[in-house]
Parts: sequence; C-alpha cells; structure tokens
Amino acid sequence: MPILAYQKAVSLAQVRDLLGAEVFCGEDLSAQVGQVGAADLMSDVLALSKPGMLLLTGLASTQMIRTAAVSGLCGVVLVRGRKPDESVVALARERKIPLLGTPLTMFEAAGLLYMTIAGR
Amino acid sequence: MDPPEELESIYLVAGRDFANAGRVSTAIMDALKRLGVDPELVRRVAIASYEAEMNIVMYALRGRMSLRINPSAVIIEAEDEGPGIEDIDLAMQEGYSTATPEIQEMGFGAGMGLPNIKKNADEFRITSEVAKGTRLFIRVNQGA
Repeated sequence: MPILAYQKAVSLAQVRDLLGAEVFCGEDLSAQVGQVGAADLMSDVLALSKPGMLLLTGLASTQMIRTAAVSGLCGVVLVRGRKPDESVVALARERKIPLLGTPLTMFEAAGLLYMTIAGR
Repeated sequence: MDPPEELESIYLVAGRDFANAGRVSTAIMDALKRLGVDPELVRRVAIASYEAEMNIVMYALRGRMSLRINPSAVIIEAEDEGPGIEDIDLAMQEGYSTATPEIQEMGFGAGMGLPNIKKNADEFRITSEVAKGTRLFIRVNQGA
C-alpha cells in the first residue's frame, strides 16, 4: 500500500469536492488530510497506516470501519461507486469515521489526490 | 508504599462471529482513551488487540481477552480454544497464513497479523497447543 507524505494538506470537504464524492456520514469534514493510503487488504492498513491517514478502499464492510477506527484514520473513501450497507454506515457514525463514496476507480481517485496534494 | 493500582477487564470473543469482530478492541480503545492514555500508545494497543481478536474470530471456536492497565504498562492477553498453531516460527513469518478464501475476501489472512502484533508490542509471547488453543501475551509500556 503506497503511503505518501505530501507538502500540502487538504480538508475532507476538499477531498469530497475533488472526487465528486457523496457523504454517507460525517457532519464535520474540516479534518486535514496529510496522508492517503489505498488498499483493499485490511492487514496492510493495520500494518502500514499512519494516524490521521485517509483510506481509499473498495471494501465496504464493518471490519473496514473497525480497522479505520483502531488505526486512527481521519476518514474513508469508498471507490468505484460501492454503496455501504446501513450497518456499515451506522458503525462509521458510531465510531465517528467520516465515510465518503466516489464513482471513480481507486487508480483515478488516488491519482487525483496525488496530483492535488503533491502539487504536481 | 501501596502496590500500584491495576485495572482489569475481561472480554469474551465468539469464533466465526464476523459481524461483531472488532467490538472488543474498540471497547479496549475507548477504555484507554477515557483513562487518558497517550494516543500513540492507545493506537498500538488497539491495533495489536484487533489483530488478536480477528485471529480468534477467524480461526478459533471461542476466546477470552483481558485488558490490564497499571502505571507502567497496558497488557492484553488473548486465550482461545481452537486448532492451535503447529509451527509458531512459521506462523510468525510475514506472509505465512492458513486463511481460507472467505477470510481473504474480508481483507485479512495475509499472514501479517502475528508479526504486526509483535511490532506494536514492547513484549510479545505466544504459546500454542495443537487441537487445544493459543495464548498471546502483549505488553505495551507506558511512559517511555
């Protein structure tokens, strides 16, 4: 899983706008994103993520939210239009993990964020 | 001088109960946060505890986890009734796993759990008996 440290942070609200994302839960999108990781393997997130990281993933499960919670992530973006079940949204709300969804693929979403945050 | 104060909580974990997998670890995380434990330490304990909890859910029939907090350390012990581990050295190798495709579809079973517990712990011990179960001892020191 690539973990990128950027020169420039953006807010979750900016991430939402950039990725044309819908917000499944998360009233406050002011958190600043300094790092982004892209993974479907939760073991990788548990082993390699940094606190405050934003996760791009195709996995819309309760385990993914638990993984985000114990890893102290700032939010999760589901890619390629994946819709979470109500149980997943409820858990994200309970754990206060902003959960967004974009129609873009993982590659496109990661590329857009990289170009924006790395300032290329 | 009085002996140092120690708090202990016990949690039960059901094997194969994927819907609730992770509940114990988030409860442990919340308890440590409430006690004002350093956030980076909370994160290490929560990750190690979650890996241990997922191992019980994925592989064992049932298990029990305990959390102990004293001024010098946070200690997690996990004990399960299950198949046990035949070769612990092999299980500790990154990438070695006996996970089923079902487990892998959930984003686990990449053979990284036990090494990751060790990485997040200041002290880690594992013992296992085949066809009986596995025990983990995880200690994370407070106030480095």
